Amino acid sequence: MTSPADVANPLLFFFMVITLFPLGLGPDPTRLATLAPGILWVVALLASLMVSAKLFASDFEDGSLEQLALAPYPLAVTALAEVSAHWLATGFLLALVSPVFGVMLGLPEAGLLALLVSLLLGTICLTLIGALGSALTVNIRRGGLLLSLLIIPLNVPVLIFGTTAVREAVLGGNPESWLALLGGLALGSLVVVPLAIGAALRVSLDS
Amino acid sequence: MKAVRRYTKGMWTFIHKLGSPPWFFGFSGTLVRWLLPITVTLLLVGAVWGLLVAPPDFRQGNSYRIIYVHVPAAVVALAGYYVMAFAGAVSLIWRIKMADVTMRAAAPVGAVLTAIALVTGAIWGKPTWGTWWVWDARITSMLILLFLYLGVVALFEAYENKTAAARACAVLSLVGMVNIPIIYKSVDWWYSLHQPASIKFTGESAIDSSMLYPLLLMIVAFYCLFAVTLLLNMRAELVWTHRESGWLKQLVGDS
Amino acid sequence: MYFESLAAVWHMDGHGFYVWLAYALTALPLVIMVWLPLKRMRQHWRWLQAEQRRSAAATQTPAMGSDV
Repeated sequence: MTSPADVANPLLFFFMVITLFPLGLGPDPTRLATLAPGILWVVALLASLMVSAKLFASDFEDGSLEQLALAPYPLAVTALAEVSAHWLATGFLLALVSPVFGVMLGLPEAGLLALLVSLLLGTICLTLIGALGSALTVNIRRGGLLLSLLIIPLNVPVLIFGTTAVREAVLGGNPESWLALLGGLALGSLVVVPLAIGAALRVSLDS
Repeated sequence: MKAVRRYTKGMWTFIHKLGSPPWFFGFSGTLVRWLLPITVTLLLVGAVWGLLVAPPDFRQGNSYRIIYVHVPAAVVALAGYYVMAFAGAVSLIWRIKMADVTMRAAAPVGAVLTAIALVTGAIWGKPTWGTWWVWDARITSMLILLFLYLGVVALFEAYENKTAAARACAVLSLVGMVNIPIIYKSVDWWYSLHQPASIKFTGESAIDSSMLYPLLLMIVAFYCLFAVTLLLNMRAELVWTHRESGWLKQLVGDS
Repeated sequence: MYFESLAAVWHMDGHGFYVWLAYALTALPLVIMVWLPLKRMRQHWRWLQAEQRRSAAATQTPAMGSDV
């Protein structure tokens, strides 16, 4: 099922791409610190995109997805279970290690907890939306790039709320309201998106 | 009470009829014959009014006249996405083929209108703020709307089985529809948090009635244009997909 | 009418380039958007008419050869 590589690769991707930014922007600590919330969040989003493509791919190829569709449980519930397992192996871990990379980019200590919490909540949304993209494109040749096209606009609110929460924490403001918004988005996504994923899986199976 | 029941029954019958290709074809033909000249008239009158009759803006001079194409395009582009998503919902829930056709016809029209809104917005920005592009809330939201539209179009093209393609696009546009208010609101907040206190790119200034009326007229004109283009696209598609059916052959034979 | 002459309409107090560019870039896609489906419709219709003529001609030929 989930090999160690599947878990390690997104984290390595996160690590390496984060490193590109000081290399590209220059090592000035003040500038990096200002840009850190945005950089960390955008790279997390890209990492999430990367792993989403594989979410339903293996199940689709070996036919187990069709079996799941025939099961007495609604496909939405099965999808939610799969997405949760996927999140624990990807987004959840990414959120946990993110403070380390925050420090590397000079993010002030005040922002580190907000970074972790915002990514914990945010990756729930990112994984769900990514799963929807995967469900829609799993039966298409070279669906990976199309997946990114479909998902990126839908992830904009999560990105905005997440980065603002971190920035507010750094400035000594009130990150709680932004984190609450993220929590609301996560809750809403947990209820609504699995239904869409179920419908999308049926479309892919029928096509 | 009886009148209400007769009215709702009448509405349902009408909606049912719309689902029938031959009835829709006849109805849309008559509708287009009237709506196309009306649309052209409204567009010309509105454009002349906005370009030549309305007074120039106190701060922006004559460049503000771009508003008469920028805002209607933006408004109808957004409304068009809802039309597309709604048609997709109808198609998913009731499996009505005509809803599929509506959704497919709406997507490229909406995308073009969004692009027009973006381009005219950029052109308007140059004389007003000195740059061709400004990341303000409205333009950024429009850009994301364009990506949403392009995603639907790309998804449709990617599927080989076009029935499945329509259903996939219905799911995607529904998710997009739910997301749009959230996107617009979050971009709004994003912009207001980042703007320097002294500069305000898109200010809310009260608009004078001499400028408002031509704007409203152009918005109505653009809505009519959307409807006309939608109907024309649907008719063209129907003529091809139903080329084997008796009712169409009859119509062609009579022509 | 706000403007005094046609030249003033074109010039728009210096903003003429932007205003007319914006209107042109609006009008062009809109015209194309209406013209394309009309053209498609005409093509399909003519194809259908030709199809009907072909099948009508096909049903007539046996009658011509029946004298043989």
